[in-house]
Amino acid sequence: MSWVSKTLSSTLGRKLIMALTGLFLILFLVVHLIGNLQLLLPDNGESFNLYAESMASNPLIRVVSIGNFAFILLHVIYSILLSRYNKSSRPIEYAVSKASTNSSWSSRNMGILGTIILIFLLVHLKGFYYEIKFGEMPVVDYAGVTYKNVFAIVAAAYSNLLYVAFYVVAMGFLGFHLSHGFASAFQTLGLNHVKYSPLISRVGFGFSIIVPALFALIPIVMYIQSL
Amino acid sequence: MKLTLKIWRQKNASDKGGFTTYPVDNVSKDMSFLEMLDVLNEDLTEKGDDPVHFDHDCREGICGTCALHINGKPHGPLQTTTCQLHMRSFNDGETITIEPWRAKAFPILKDLVVDRSAFDRIIQAGGYVSVGTGGIPDANEIPIPKTIADLAMDAAQCIACGACVAACKNASAMLFTSAKVSQLALLPQGQVERKTRAEKMVAQMDAEGFGACTNTGACEAECPKGISISNIARMNREYYSAALSSQNV
Repeated sequence: MSWVSKTLSSTLGRKLIMALTGLFLILFLVVHLIGNLQLLLPDNGESFNLYAESMASNPLIRVVSIGNFAFILLHVIYSILLSRYNKSSRPIEYAVSKASTNSSWSSRNMGILGTIILIFLLVHLKGFYYEIKFGEMPVVDYAGVTYKNVFAIVAAAYSNLLYVAFYVVAMGFLGFHLSHGFASAFQTLGLNHVKYSPLISRVGFGFSIIVPALFALIPIVMYIQSL
Repeated sequence: MKLTLKIWRQKNASDKGGFTTYPVDNVSKDMSFLEMLDVLNEDLTEKGDDPVHFDHDCREGICGTCALHINGKPHGPLQTTTCQLHMRSFNDGETITIEPWRAKAFPILKDLVVDRSAFDRIIQAGGYVSVGTGGIPDANEIPIPKTIADLAMDAAQCIACGACVAACKNASAMLFTSAKVSQLALLPQGQVERKTRAEKMVAQMDAEGFGACTNTGACEAECPKGISISNIARMNREYYSAALSSQNV
């Protein structure tokens, strides 16, 4: 085995992959959120549709998008590998366990939280990504140029209360996942220091509330607008 | 005090094992937890029953031999070793569940006694300093800043009891291994084998079947010696930098 594969197949190496892909996905969340907040601009979706078109046509974004899918896949695959390995490290569970006294619920249930987020992601990709890319799209004209009316698809989806509820609940789970994952990724990278670890924890805590809350705000506002 | 003890009994490594309940009377609040078990064992011996096997040695909280999972926590409700836990931490009439450490890398030998030689093998893999043992060096011959010496001593406090493994949901030995890697990585004496040490000790830790780290912090919360998980971050740094720069291809 080469030193690269030996390092990456060790427990520390696998954790490193989880941390690096996780941090990339955190970065992706920020970019995705900034783009999506344009849905709430009072211009009947014009800026969002122009943004969607620019994202779809930008070659750099397309490369990053492929990387993003690859990192999601890596994050999922390595979490499965690690979860199975970790489970096998304790074949017989304790009859009595007071884990809640020594660790947070999120930190002990990252696998379950991640699975729920993955299910959400599949529904999300089917509902929007797949439809926009391969489905029959309504079109709209701005200054004589025809664009895909992505806004109309989103608005239609968010007029369904069940769909909105699903999104809001999923964002709650994302928040819990991030509340542990954000700071945990830095610890795994070895970035632990008396000076900046408290800051990382605080930023992570804020991030895990603000980002999912803003994501959840979009379907809520658009549902209210649809009434 | 009157107590009900639910104790894991297992004849040998291959036995399936199970809980046996023992009522105990006349337990003094001033008894240590191990003394309470001693009293139980005297009763069992007098009755001709097999006494409950458990590990213990110094009973001063410094050797790390005693290792019981009490009421769902390693070393019981306090952040201390089992021998330093006293019965005043329990209530009259309470049922106390006593289990062995549960980890694939810590196979049960009998009752509450587990084989922790996996830790020995991790130490043997690199937890040492190869120096010529000549005469005693002069004091302050090797200057070490106080802050670094303190960090190294904090890490060196680890008594290898295995509570970190017992507390971790993944039965991970990262806190133990990182404490041992850290104490030597911080000091000048440990520099020669620094990179090889990190690589070999982590490889041995994995080979023993300990789980990976999820950064839950349970190990730090339960460690009787208060070893910090900042040591785990240090071990990660040591390991990654060793992977990138050691001579071991």
